[in-house]
Amino acid sequence: MSVAPSEITRPEAAEETFAVPEPDVPWVTIVHNDPVNLMSYVTYVFQSYFGYSKEIAQKLMMDVHHKGRAVVSSGTREAMERDVQAMHEYGLWATLQQDRD
Amino acid sequence: MAGHFEPLEGGGAAVALDEVEISILRSLTQQLAELIGPGEEPAEDDDPLASLFTEGPSEPPSDPALQRLFPDAYGDPEKPDKDDEELRGYSAEFRRFTENDLRGRKRTDALHVIRSLDVLAAEGEGGGVLKLTADESRQWLGTLNDLRLTIGTRLEVGDEDENGELYRLPDSDPRKPMVMAYLWLGALQETLVETLMP
Repeated sequence: MSVAPSEITRPEAAEETFAVPEPDVPWVTIVHNDPVNLMSYVTYVFQSYFGYSKEIAQKLMMDVHHKGRAVVSSGTREAMERDVQAMHEYGLWATLQQDRD
Repeated sequence: MAGHFEPLEGGGAAVALDEVEISILRSLTQQLAELIGPGEEPAEDDDPLASLFTEGPSEPPSDPALQRLFPDAYGDPEKPDKDDEELRGYSAEFRRFTENDLRGRKRTDALHVIRSLDVLAAEGEGGGVLKLTADESRQWLGTLNDLRLTIGTRLEVGDEDENGELYRLPDSDPRKPMVMAYLWLGALQETLVETLMP
């Protein structure tokens, strides 16, 4: 037997604006197109940092080139911050975000 | 300026540089190292250990080239007006904990490049063949890329089809020498990447 709630308690207004973490939604690293970086260099970075095969690295590079951006990795927020930091070290333009799209 | 890298047997790369090319590369790299700077450093009379615990900046640099070298980690660059307070806060925090380190790494690479050019210049007049190990090649690759990002930002290089005018400047245009250097650095980087391809 269960007791039906007599009244649904509503959270305080202040609590409603508090961002609830979404542990199930992974984070992604996105590399953005820029007019300076060489296509061969971007492919090289994807191969040497992420360990992707030449085929995958080239496909991601072409996505960046033609679509303006590509998701290059996904995982925890901490892991994506490390990837973004590494991309900045290589001189690639990268950001991280939660994969809601 | 026809300097192109070629792979060395057993790893590494080599490029022939004359004294003018050495001097141009050195000057550009020196300017890059100065632009990157050490970032925020504690005053001299502070505890030397303090620099280890110094937080970096939270605001993006104001120089456009530095903005490109040290971009925001959060926020959609295609929809900047959608950026909210929260994302700016995340970017600021990320910057505080990473920018000084990133500046230090880029600066270290640039100083290694300068040192190897000085060694080459000291070996003989008129230039010579610069030989790099695989590790040195990676430092050179990073610096060549930072140089191109910096110069490309200054020249306002656009997408492939937008640079017709830039690449056909009359000799009288003050931007001409920098455009020539930009294209030369591109050829150096392109041929150096090829020697490093896994």
